[in-house]
Amino acid sequence: MGAAKMAENMRMRAQFKDGVTEVKVLMTHPMETGRRKNDFGDVIPAHFIQLVSASLNGKQVLEAQWGTGISKNPYLTFHLHSAKIGDVIKISWLDNLGKTGEGEVAVTQA
Amino acid sequence: MQRRHFLQLFLSVAGLALIPARAFAAMWNAAAFQATQSEAALAGLGATNLKTSSLITIVAPDKAENGAVVQIEVTSRVPNTESITILVDKNPTSLIAHFKFSNGADPFVVTRIKMAETSDLQAVIKADNQYFVAKRSVEVLENGCG
Repeated sequence: MGAAKMAENMRMRAQFKDGVTEVKVLMTHPMETGRRKNDFGDVIPAHFIQLVSASLNGKQVLEAQWGTGISKNPYLTFHLHSAKIGDVIKISWLDNLGKTGEGEVAVTQA
Repeated sequence: MQRRHFLQLFLSVAGLALIPARAFAAMWNAAAFQATQSEAALAGLGATNLKTSSLITIVAPDKAENGAVVQIEVTSRVPNTESITILVDKNPTSLIAHFKFSNGADPFVVTRIKMAETSDLQAVIKADNQYFVAKRSVEVLENGCG
């Protein structure tokens, strides 16, 4: 694996093939809608990722806003035609409680 | 007293600067994400005069066993696509996600979404200050919004 640093709350892979780099990301997050109830009937407070940012060698390539409709442990694939083998892709997120997560991975040959 | 106020102000401003806003130029569009109808969500994003386009492809299951995890893929072949927005008409809040692409990112995304019930899925894209839409129906066998 070409992962220089991998946060516990994110798994990433970036593979270059025929000029296109496919980036796959799996984040660990409850993505609570704020509409679910626990066994005692209490509402489980909303807790979800709102902003996601991806950069290639420090330059932004993807900027996302999410609502509560993204599934628990969010999954994301995107494609870059501007990346080369060895380039570094970083992802960071910010949730509605102000918590953050980040991960990075180097592009490898598929 | 005045000095304390100054310190409080200074610390609060400094504190704000510490939030990792550097990575997040965009603020979260609360009005759009809290809207209960797709029309209102799209209006909140400034998306009006949507034109149906066959250049947008949505890949999704015809039937989703579990509405909590429905994998979808959206591709736009509309030239100069800047963003892809995903909505589920019948979810409690319709707007699922808004993706903005730049610096060599292709107008393509795969993600997994929650669907409360059988519904139309909409993919709205922005290109050259125009908005285009494609729709696809997904039958949900088990509610996933819980």
